[in-house]
Amino acid sequence: MVKRILQEVKEYRAASIATPIWMIVEVLMEMVIPYLMASIIDEGVEKSDMGHIFQVGGVMIVVALIGLLGGLMGARYGAKASTGLARNLRESMFAKIQTFSFANIDKFSTAGLVTRLTTDVTNIQNAYQMVLRMMMRAPASMICALAMAFIINGRIASIYLIAVILLAIVLYFIISNATAYFKQAFPKYDALNASVQENVSAIRVVKAYVREEEETDKFKQASGNIYKIFVKAEKNVIANMPVMQFTVYTCIILISWIGAKMIVGSQLTTGELMSLLTYCMNILMNLMMLSMVFVMISMSTASMERVCQVLNEESDLKNPEHPIREVADGSIVFQDVAFSYHQKYGGEPVLKDINLDIKSGETIGILGGTGSAKTSLVNLISRLYDVSEGRILVGGHDVRDYDMEVLRNQVAVVLQKNVLFSGSIYENLRWGNKDATDEECREVCRMACADEFINRFPDGYNTRIEQGGNNVSGGQKQRLCIARALLKKPKILILDDSTSAVDTATDAKIRKAFREEIPGTTKLIIAQRISSIQDADRILVLDDGKINGFGTHEELLADNEIYREVYESQTGGSGDFDEKEAD
Amino acid sequence: MPGPRGALGRPKPKVENPGKLFVRIMAYVFRFYRVPCCFVLLFIVLGVLANVQGMLFTKNLIDDYITPYLLTDHPDFTPLAHAIARVAVFYLIGVVSNYTYSRIMVNVTQGVLMNIRNELFERMEKLPIRYFDTHAHGDIMSVYTNDIDTLRQMISQSIPQCINSAFTIVSVFVSMLILSIPMTLITLVMVGFMLVCTRFAAGRSSRYFLEQQKNLGAVNGYIEEMMEGQKVVKVFCHEEESKARFKELNDALYHSADRANTFVNTLGPINAQLGNLSYVVCAIAGGALALNNVGGFTVGALASFLALNRSFNMPINQVSQQFNAIVMALAGADRIFRMMDEEAETDNGYVTLVHVKEVGGKLVENETRTGRWAWKHTHQADGSVEYKELRGDVVFDGVDFGYNPDKIVLHDVKLYAEPGQKIAFVGSTGAGKTTITNLINRFYDIQDGKIRYDGININKIKKADLRRSLGIVLQDTHLFTGTIMENIRFGNLNATDGEVIAAAKLANADGFIRRLPAGYDTMLTGDGANLSQGQRQLLAIARAAVADPPVLILDEATSSIDTRTERIVQEGMDHLMAGRTTFVIAHRLSTVKNSDCIMVLEQGRIIERGTHDQLIEEKGKYYQLYTGNAIGG
Repeated sequence: MVKRILQEVKEYRAASIATPIWMIVEVLMEMVIPYLMASIIDEGVEKSDMGHIFQVGGVMIVVALIGLLGGLMGARYGAKASTGLARNLRESMFAKIQTFSFANIDKFSTAGLVTRLTTDVTNIQNAYQMVLRMMMRAPASMICALAMAFIINGRIASIYLIAVILLAIVLYFIISNATAYFKQAFPKYDALNASVQENVSAIRVVKAYVREEEETDKFKQASGNIYKIFVKAEKNVIANMPVMQFTVYTCIILISWIGAKMIVGSQLTTGELMSLLTYCMNILMNLMMLSMVFVMISMSTASMERVCQVLNEESDLKNPEHPIREVADGSIVFQDVAFSYHQKYGGEPVLKDINLDIKSGETIGILGGTGSAKTSLVNLISRLYDVSEGRILVGGHDVRDYDMEVLRNQVAVVLQKNVLFSGSIYENLRWGNKDATDEECREVCRMACADEFINRFPDGYNTRIEQGGNNVSGGQKQRLCIARALLKKPKILILDDSTSAVDTATDAKIRKAFREEIPGTTKLIIAQRISSIQDADRILVLDDGKINGFGTHEELLADNEIYREVYESQTGGSGDFDEKEAD
Repeated sequence: MPGPRGALGRPKPKVENPGKLFVRIMAYVFRFYRVPCCFVLLFIVLGVLANVQGMLFTKNLIDDYITPYLLTDHPDFTPLAHAIARVAVFYLIGVVSNYTYSRIMVNVTQGVLMNIRNELFERMEKLPIRYFDTHAHGDIMSVYTNDIDTLRQMISQSIPQCINSAFTIVSVFVSMLILSIPMTLITLVMVGFMLVCTRFAAGRSSRYFLEQQKNLGAVNGYIEEMMEGQKVVKVFCHEEESKARFKELNDALYHSADRANTFVNTLGPINAQLGNLSYVVCAIAGGALALNNVGGFTVGALASFLALNRSFNMPINQVSQQFNAIVMALAGADRIFRMMDEEAETDNGYVTLVHVKEVGGKLVENETRTGRWAWKHTHQADGSVEYKELRGDVVFDGVDFGYNPDKIVLHDVKLYAEPGQKIAFVGSTGAGKTTITNLINRFYDIQDGKIRYDGININKIKKADLRRSLGIVLQDTHLFTGTIMENIRFGNLNATDGEVIAAAKLANADGFIRRLPAGYDTMLTGDGANLSQGQRQLLAIARAAVADPPVLILDEATSSIDTRTERIVQEGMDHLMAGRTTFVIAHRLSTVKNSDCIMVLEQGRIIERGTHDQLIEEKGKYYQLYTGNAIGG
């Protein structure tokens, strides 16, 4: 997992290597300073040698400057490497998501992907920076300090060694304890935030039923639990500090006592004693730092896991080795097709025994109840999912033999849950064909009956669409989406319930345009409204993933029970009341 | 959705009047934790004093013990042992007080956060609907997550750190003055230099931090938009284009993040090395002083002074490290307090809803549910109490309304509904149908005119009671995390399991619920994502049914559900409407046809009213809609 993340360092490898090196430069300089200090006191002050003080002082200033350089460069490269890694992670994840098939997209929620690309990446960035700057620096600094201490006086230095080992063990227990609590706490924290989200989006329901107080009480309970668990976790973390201080002070006391005796016994000088005390602080501070690094790493593991899930996700749809780059015509053949969304896990098939033969240029209506797999059926044609059994031929070839981009450009789908993007209407339309002229854009809008409302906007085709298309009505959005698909000039056009918010009159006008202006295009129309499909060449009735009937309006009325039932219910007074669209 | 959507832009991290904000945060902390805070202060001071004593010990060690020992042949170590024992006590006090204050701080921090969260939530629940219309939900959420998080950092780390540092600086400064005034001056000069550098780097870094936040917002927005439309991207083979745009935004974010981090990172080394520099300068100057024995400055004093010098630089360094955290926390606190300060929904109503029974032809208030309700009207003038039976009589008289007072969307709306009547609203999107229903339960207050409910001006009715008397089924169904049972019971918390099931049966929801693996105990998560649209609607109807209100507001769903499910939903709605005054925003022909009165709305005005037959006769707008010959598509 860590390896996968590190692969994304790429061009920031140099910076990643340079950071710890510069940090070590800083550390080395830092180590030399107390040593020089001892020299100033012992050789200069005690022996009244002012020259020596100046000399060594000068060296110290140079050393400090080199240390500063090391620190600055470490800061510079550390920032570059970690923010660079974050940049590459975001870019790789985004690129990876672009290769996802529909099945892959279904697996992750939108919110989940957004968190992975933002919060999780930031966590990794911070942890990586910490690792680069501290992971080498702290142990290096600790080892140097220990070494220096041993050079000055082995006996006293061995006190440090014992202290370090003891402290390391205690810190280890404290941290692993705290991490366990944090791991429990974070999911609860997420749940709390989820409940806020729920209340924000459902505020009308809460207010309509006068549930403000009950919801507040529920929230307070959850928030009280969070309080308890975070207090437990933090209680452990703060134990770090006194344990460390206790060790430091014990060391100081021991050194003072033993050191004093040694000085009297002429085994140690005053200056050396001072240096030892400085190193003592240094060693234990670094140990503390190291423990913090570990806490950060363990906290970022969850983020790393989530990022890796995206990076390691393999698209389950692959282009064939020698793809066909030309779609001959708009004929569609289903041969013994079965399909399941979770075939790997032995999921129930949603489509079974589908056999269809649709000729190029035909208009096919598709009808069926919720869950009868209408959408699943049409999604197989442009290979948004792969069939589990059987095969689908488009233009005489298996859809799996085509280059996916070629196939999708020839099979245009207007999705049920469709989306417009922020940008002008022109920009949105050109998703269909980025080289389309203004003239062509207007032409498809006329066919989709979108021109009438676009022309009424003050800015016409340059009107800006807000994120998600929130500033146009449902019916307007649907028509723009149809126009966008038409701009592809596809051989097969699939409308998945794409005129549900358009009134019947306009709906009829759009179908008339299809009939007259793109007669050669095979059209598949899914609809709930019988009027939208009754004039199709043939109508497919789906029930529970199986074909229940396939024929003309008259044929089905005569012999298909489901079709007749739907027809009667809609013409018999419980149909749509057409008021949705009168812009 | 009705209502204008206002400021969608993310709030800019800009803080006005940081001092005032800081005081307010501290006041907030003190309000809940006065005693613990006093203890924290006490222990911080104790800890600092003990630490300073410890530092001064180095001087004594050298001057009072080691140096004299060197002069005698047989030194007596007992005084040293005593001295060490004394300092050990100081150290122990230091350790204990440090631990105690951080232990108290854990409770204070988490407790303050809990209180802020609770208060925020409590206030949020009381905010008018208008607030939610004009604030992006993402921004509200970010107050709970990001802003509270920055505040946590500030309360738990920055503030104690700063207090600790401040005390340390003061006591170290005093000790330094005692040891040597000229040396202290030298140290001060160096500190001044350090502060200038800190100010520069911190200033630069907070500028880049703000830029980074802005770019992060842009990346965030783009990701959200593209992930939402990912399937469309696939269908149009638009992957390369979306990658290219992402790269632009991502690179901008990288550059600002790189700079911001660089400047923050440099603070540490700059201050550390300046500290070293200060150390060297002091060593040289101090060495010179000690050698020439100026003002009784000894080698031991120099050793102590150098230790103090370190202790002086360290807290300054620490405070400067907290600078960014504090700036971000203040920006976060600003947003938190702004949300807390939002004006809550006002409610001056005094007419309440009570259970009644009839005793001798008069209505008498009853403690328990009787199935009959009445408005308890306490007249303000003389305090006399009048009971008026709840019937469901609603009258609009010349009502004007606008989400924004400058832009009236409803003009002079007049309508009356007699108890048990069904009123249907039809008209195109944006004609004001939903708006009218939102006025009855006072989600919004009207600008002009009057709305009367059983003859009482709805402004006089307590909002909670008004809403309790109205059942609502919204077009967008919202479900909560919890079991199906709990979700239905949302309508009436006192409902027994039996009543909940009865309501589900009435709403036609019982059938599908029983087919679920866990039945009524099935957990719903993510707004009921595991249910179909039709099933969610059935639950919403059941929720209204269990509330059993005399007046109903129904917003029929426009989303296409299949005919069979639709019929089931329709039946559920019909059961619910029976015998209740109902306002229905109708999308289905059958609903409209069966209404007692149909209101045709256009651009905020009722342009036609009457029964189906009357309106067909009129051959107006309704006729056009009905026959599908709507002009203009």
